Amino acid sequence: MENSQYLDMFLDESREHLQNMNDNLLALENSPDNVDLVNEIFRSAHTLKGMSATMGFENMADLTHKLENILDAVRNHQLQINADIMDVLLAAVDRLEGMLENVQSGEGDRMDVSDIVAQLQSVLSSPNQGSEAPGPAKKKTETAEGHDAFVQSVIVQSLEQGYNVFRTTVTFDESCVLKGARAYMVFQIAEQMGDIIQAEPDVEKLEAGEVGPSFTITIVTKESQEDMRSKIMDVSEIARVDVVDLKTIAAESAGGGGASSQATDARSADKKPQAQTAARAKATSKTIRVNLDRLNDLMNLFEELVIEKGRLEGVARKLKDTELIETAERIARTSSSLQEIILNLRMEPIEQVFNRFPRMVRSVSKELNKKIRLQIEGAETELDRTVIDEIGDPLVHLLRNSMDHGIELPEVRRQNNKPEEGSIILKAYHSGNHVFIEIEDDGAGINREKVLQKAIKNGLVSESDADKLSDREVYQFLFQSGFSTADKITDISGRGVGLDVVKSKIESLGGVVEVESEPGKGTRFTIRLPLTLSIINAMLIRAGGETYAVPVTNIVETALYKHEDIMTAQGREMIDFRGRVIPFLRFSRLFDLPEEENKGKYIHALVLQSGRKTAALAVDQLIGQQEIVIKSLGTYLGDVPGISGATILGDGKVALIIDCASILYA
Amino acid sequence: MSEKKYIVFTLNGERYGVPVEQVLSIEKPEGVTPVPNTAPFVKGIMNLRGILYPVIDMKQRFGIGESAVQKETRLAIVQIDDIKVAILIDSAEDVISIDEESIEPAPEVTGGVKADYIHGVAKIDDGLLVLLNLDRVLRDKDVEIVKKIEVNER
Repeated sequence: MENSQYLDMFLDESREHLQNMNDNLLALENSPDNVDLVNEIFRSAHTLKGMSATMGFENMADLTHKLENILDAVRNHQLQINADIMDVLLAAVDRLEGMLENVQSGEGDRMDVSDIVAQLQSVLSSPNQGSEAPGPAKKKTETAEGHDAFVQSVIVQSLEQGYNVFRTTVTFDESCVLKGARAYMVFQIAEQMGDIIQAEPDVEKLEAGEVGPSFTITIVTKESQEDMRSKIMDVSEIARVDVVDLKTIAAESAGGGGASSQATDARSADKKPQAQTAARAKATSKTIRVNLDRLNDLMNLFEELVIEKGRLEGVARKLKDTELIETAERIARTSSSLQEIILNLRMEPIEQVFNRFPRMVRSVSKELNKKIRLQIEGAETELDRTVIDEIGDPLVHLLRNSMDHGIELPEVRRQNNKPEEGSIILKAYHSGNHVFIEIEDDGAGINREKVLQKAIKNGLVSESDADKLSDREVYQFLFQSGFSTADKITDISGRGVGLDVVKSKIESLGGVVEVESEPGKGTRFTIRLPLTLSIINAMLIRAGGETYAVPVTNIVETALYKHEDIMTAQGREMIDFRGRVIPFLRFSRLFDLPEEENKGKYIHALVLQSGRKTAALAVDQLIGQQEIVIKSLGTYLGDVPGISGATILGDGKVALIIDCASILYA
Repeated sequence: MSEKKYIVFTLNGERYGVPVEQVLSIEKPEGVTPVPNTAPFVKGIMNLRGILYPVIDMKQRFGIGESAVQKETRLAIVQIDDIKVAILIDSAEDVISIDEESIEPAPEVTGGVKADYIHGVAKIDDGLLVLLNLDRVLRDKDVEIVKKIEVNER
């Protein structure tokens, strides 16, 4: 199909519009009288209809059209928003999403939507009684306000984009008879020059000749003020044309401008939705879409560059040539700026993942007969695209878990002196080199005893050891496979596939998940993810004759211990670390390497930390800190315990990257 | 008559063949970094032009001995779909064309290699050539067990 080159763009943009509709519908549910929202939804629907019709997806266009009819009725106050209408609207949006998915998978947009169409029709044909048609005066001001904000934003955006925005007042000759026809001619000219974003009185009245001695239009154009004036003056029977440049007005009073004008009928804007979308599209054309593959290619090339840089630094150090060392340093600085830019290119706000959760929480809480409010914080937090793509499912799982097992039924909550409506806070934020995502509910909390019983039953811990475990250690059992403490299996979660999947997914992203809970008060899951996935700072060490890399993020400090510092407790070596006794691990024993006899007085060690675990790791030699590019060990080896990947050193040799979490928790 | 090209190499003096399209290149074994907690037949991992390849001792994999790296020892760099590995071989001989129709099914045991791993046997001028089914060798679930080996107790 000729359109195929546009298909990707169509899919992307349609998805954005559907998401926009989804968001605004949910917002509308909370404030059903907000006409701005209805208008916003209408605009998205309208654009979607136009796009899908252009692409030849008639079914999509048709369903969108039916949806639009309802929205139109709502904003004209023929229909009052209620829960039933919301359900139908949301269901229709769901279908549109389904169609879009089909389109993407190459199946076209055919889908049986007769049921939803029938529902949409029935909503339209039986306008609810509750909404008496309000007085025309009220209607007018409301819609006017609704559009003013929009017109205002178009004006501001157009000005930012370097367009001129003119408010042009055209005064007819006193002798003018066919004012309507003259007005029409002015419109024709104005449309050739740019986009009319506002007219007063509105277009229909003007064309019908219901015009006073003058009328005003607001135009977005590239033409100059003078051209504008003279072209309109060419129309006969026009006495005067006053062109006001809104740029100057906007400059004088930000927020003033065309918006101060009153009484814009909704329809005048409707007549020109194309013009408006055009103006909007222009306003947002500062970004470009780039295929992720290209970014990946860029990233791969950059990784090569980092390796070469490391090699150059090595050579420079070896040759001790000042000029060469300086050059190497400059390259290092440039490449670290470059790295920042490239990594930023791949960063996207987590918003696009969070966006779908309000809908999900709404429908799941309905299913569960629970009242749940989802509060989202930090949606603007940026994460690597790769993580964004992967983090959705684990989050869905955790949210469902909180809704199903965390939040209690309204009756139970009332009995426990809690508000009937449970709350789940979904929060994302940056801290250091990590991104944290928290899911916190104010539900029943985790029942330690229940978890322990199950753990004992599953043979994860012996009854005698059970009492010694900290709460944290007990909660970690929740992440074991086949572990569900729900008494009855529900559709929402607790089907055996559970938190273990979440854990392994997050670990595959180089992250950690932890859980804290207070019985009766609630539970909090915290996910910690690395900011970037492919280049990290690492400490290179030598052990058993090989070089290994240890991520700097896991290193608390480097230390020197005397042989007599090492204590033994229950057959395990321990060491005193600032008054705390921590395990003393020997690299060579951990990985079954030939042990080199340490004749020196001191033992080199790294104090490592992952989550709440701390341990010292004895190595043969510390080499130094270096930026390394993480490479996977490949499909054939898959996951190797204790090793998270490998990197290529400056000399071309491979060094393995130590997975601190797995050696500390093993 | 459909002919297919095979790369011929030796293990313990016996000749084996794999289709040329599965072999990217033949290299000298250099700079192999051992990887702990893997199967004994995984000798380590190596970098070849920016790509990492696990190095596999085919003799150990087939249970017919163990490779000692000598002057003649080579690595066959193999790629099958997303699996990339380097295979230790005693020596690389040459490339020959084999008529598909002359390939006979594998006898039960050939030089100790499991019949599952053998695509067939072809007669060449001065003896037999065992054609390996590398796809199966590399995907065999036995390898899965390897991945499950826990970190050693300390």
